[in-house]
Amino acid sequence: MSYLGIIFAIGIGTYLLRLSFIGIVGDRAMPEWALVPLRFVAPAVLAALIAPAVLLNDGALDLSPASNPRAIAALVALLLAWKTRSVPVVIAAGLATVWALQAMF
Amino acid sequence: MTQDRSIRSTALTDGVRAFAPLLIAVIPFGLVFGVVAAGSEVGPWLGGATSFIIFAGAAQLATLQLIDAGAAGAVVIATALVINARHLMYSAALAPAFREFPKAARFALPYLLTDQAFAISIVRFGETEDPVYRRWFFTGAGLSLWVPWQIFTITGIVLGAQVPASWSLDFAIPLMFVILLVPTIKGRPELIAAVVGATVAVAAADVPYGLGLIVGAVSGITAGVIANRLAQ
Repeated sequence: MSYLGIIFAIGIGTYLLRLSFIGIVGDRAMPEWALVPLRFVAPAVLAALIAPAVLLNDGALDLSPASNPRAIAALVALLLAWKTRSVPVVIAAGLATVWALQAMF
Repeated sequence: MTQDRSIRSTALTDGVRAFAPLLIAVIPFGLVFGVVAAGSEVGPWLGGATSFIIFAGAAQLATLQLIDAGAAGAVVIATALVINARHLMYSAALAPAFREFPKAARFALPYLLTDQAFAISIVRFGETEDPVYRRWFFTGAGLSLWVPWQIFTITGIVLGAQVPASWSLDFAIPLMFVILLVPTIKGRPELIAAVVGATVAVAAADVPYGLGLIVGAVSGITAGVIANRLAQ
């Protein structure tokens, strides 16, 4: 599938999710069985996106600051995100940690 | 009619004003997204176009990250739509108010439905019943995210094109996800969902087509549901 096709499919699908109850399903409450799993979508998906991107190096678990500075940098980012919730602070500190470790090793 | 028009402009202004404090977070996110899009596999044009076509930051970032990692098209689409499934909840909560809107607005305005526009609208809708006010308030709030999102995506792309790859700016994607993740951890079940999701996604990294992510996400959601049930 072409990149444009993928992006359009996501765009249309996202619009339909937004429209769902407003325009298609009508004025009905969301069923309880669907509400509970939806609560966990964001934490589960985001964590599943982050972990492989920062903990794996060439497909293998790598926590060494020398060969995979991103693991330590992500930990720094997590602590700062928890304390500050600030986009500029977390992005700057995360990138600076990677650069510092790359310069050190 | 005149009264209608003054309600309209008041509501639109109120929507923009209510949204203003949230711009502090939207502007850097848009810039970071643009910088990432500039260096992405899909290229700056298509990467930037996602701000118009998808208009949902976390899903846009996930789309670029998964395409960069070589995931299959169906996996990229499924992941982005799972991330955006929360809009079902917003849509359900807003449906009673939107039922009073003209048909064109009922179909056009959901395009502007985001986490932020939902959060401020649902609060204001609780304070006023007037459908004209509600419609224009939502329009003001929605456009307050949409317009800067487009502008700062493009600004980020222009800036990103000047940045060499050795700066590791692609690392901004997981960093952005970290910022989005933290406020979702509202309790122990959410924490368990995140830890299980992360662990399984790492363990399942070798699963073909990039499906490890879906396996991790589904495991995390299931763990969250179970933890929630046990806590009750």
